[in-house]
Amino acid sequence: MKTTYREAVRAGLREALLNDERVFLMGEDVGKYGGTYACSKGFLDDFGPERIRDTPLSESTFVGAGIGAALGGMRPIVEVMTVNFSLLALDQILNNAATIRHMSGGQFSVPLVVRMATGGGRQVAAQHSHSLEGWYAHIPGITVLTPATVTDAKGMLLSALREPDPVFIFEHAYLYPMEGELDERAGAVEIRQAAVRRPGRDVSLITFGGCLWKVLQAADQLSVQGIEAEVVDLRVLRPLDTATILASVKKTHRAVVVDEAWQTGSFAAEVSARIMEGAFFDLDAPVGRVCSAEVPLPYPKHLEDAALPSVEGIVQATKNLLGRS
Amino acid sequence: MTHPVDRQYALHLLKEMLRIRRFEEKCVELYSAGRIRGFLHLYIGEEAVAVGALQALTQDDAIVATYREHGHSLVRGTPATSLMAELYGKATGCSRGRGGSMHFFDAARRFYGGLAIVGGGLPVAVGLALADRMQNRRRVTACFFGDGAVAEGEFHESLNLAALWKLPVLFLCENNLYAMGTALARHQAQADITLKAKGQGVPGEAVDGMDVLAVEDATRRATDFVRQGNGPYLLEYRTYRFRAHSMYDPELYRTKEEVELWKERDPITTFIGLLREWKCLTHEDLDTIEAEISAEIEAAVAFAEASPWESVEELAKDVYTPRNAAGERP
Repeated sequence: MKTTYREAVRAGLREALLNDERVFLMGEDVGKYGGTYACSKGFLDDFGPERIRDTPLSESTFVGAGIGAALGGMRPIVEVMTVNFSLLALDQILNNAATIRHMSGGQFSVPLVVRMATGGGRQVAAQHSHSLEGWYAHIPGITVLTPATVTDAKGMLLSALREPDPVFIFEHAYLYPMEGELDERAGAVEIRQAAVRRPGRDVSLITFGGCLWKVLQAADQLSVQGIEAEVVDLRVLRPLDTATILASVKKTHRAVVVDEAWQTGSFAAEVSARIMEGAFFDLDAPVGRVCSAEVPLPYPKHLEDAALPSVEGIVQATKNLLGRS
Repeated sequence: MTHPVDRQYALHLLKEMLRIRRFEEKCVELYSAGRIRGFLHLYIGEEAVAVGALQALTQDDAIVATYREHGHSLVRGTPATSLMAELYGKATGCSRGRGGSMHFFDAARRFYGGLAIVGGGLPVAVGLALADRMQNRRRVTACFFGDGAVAEGEFHESLNLAALWKLPVLFLCENNLYAMGTALARHQAQADITLKAKGQGVPGEAVDGMDVLAVEDATRRATDFVRQGNGPYLLEYRTYRFRAHSMYDPELYRTKEEVELWKERDPITTFIGLLREWKCLTHEDLDTIEAEISAEIEAAVAFAEASPWESVEELAKDVYTPRNAAGERP
């Protein structure tokens, strides 16, 4: 059936709440307001205030409380409105959620799921347009998921709740109204593997999250020009499925990594390094990267468009790599 | 003068305070000898707080503590052997040696650290209490933190959330007057911590943290209040750290005279004086207690010395919960 990304997230949340009474949702405006992106609209009436908890604007404390509740036997889903605000909870994420299992010698697990919107492209300027999932992928002890399809939007949430350790899900805000085909029986999905979204032979376009759809469009345009690009959707940034990346690059001998974050220190840099380490002698050209311009994202549309990865930019970078004009 | 507490109980309190004191004196010695490394934050001077407070908790209650938690762990019942091994970094330590001095954990005793970012334990305590509430358990979560933590946003946020949701959290502030080297009055416009709590809707009171009986009494009342479902409560224990903040602290921020003045209120010597006044304590009693503690600590050191290091092959063990043969996680 056709459904939106938003409805897919919502279906996942509903199923999770119905399946397991230990599951509860808390975060800013998840209750009365129905969720900033309307992912929990009506849930307060359906599940009640014990399980749908509006929190104060205290990111550090409600994420930390999620850690504590997880330690105490619950299965909290914490919604941090956007990745931009998650910076206020970074201490709890990095110093508690990610460390407690290892630091306690394996005595405690933190089965916490944190969801947040990420990304730019909606003209909300420099403080509300960050793409920081790559930062989170730096942290051992957590799992980082970037669902780009409706199937993953629903399924990754259900899979995350089966994990005994903290899982962070980054939903690109641009995707919520996007429509896709969701199987009525769609449930939990594999969360250890990347997916080849389009097979090709000439170049591997490697991306994740909101950029997947730009990359697929670019691949269509390249196809018209006789270049068959293989599109790899990483899906999971940590642990990274290096095998799928290398298998694709060994087949195409060329790679462009597309990442909405700033290029310096980006996740694209990590992917590029893994290709260099694992497929250096299979490469016919240096690995290319298409990332955001190194500026705070500006408000006017023409400047924001110029700063973010674009279909045209991806097409051009790919052609440059292939020596085509 | 007749004494208000049972003699055996009074001796128990004294022994617990002395266990912490002697354990940490041994730690200093071992630190100088290079057997213990890293940060070592001593609790010496503050023993009455952990000993008095923990008497009020049951084994079902949870404890969240800070990097100055040796005393709390000892009183909670984690064996001194396992704590000393942790200080050595040995595999037999209470956290497999991974944490060291600042990160004692003990799942069996519901001891959730050993969390060493100032203020970082408060939200976790709120969450533990939330889990109890949602699962209809009549447990209390006791959250220890220092006066430095009241400057953190998490202090205010956590008190607010616990009060808003009426959660069973005991906020236990060990006010030793210094946030590392900065006196409370030098970093807080409002230095009355109970007033800050009231501002967040949390009732509270200040207690003489050098008096083990006063600490115990106040904590029992506070625990009852919280356990009965009245929401959180804050206690401010006014205490003093006799030693430096850590082993690297030259103590430029306070005078020797000030330290000496507080030492006159040493929680152990004043309690000994009180027990003698009550004719509850003989020299033989004290000798017996000291001998037992000495034997316990010697055994702990011997255990730590003899214990193995964790194998380097296990470095990455427990970053994630291990998967079973089917690739699933339990």
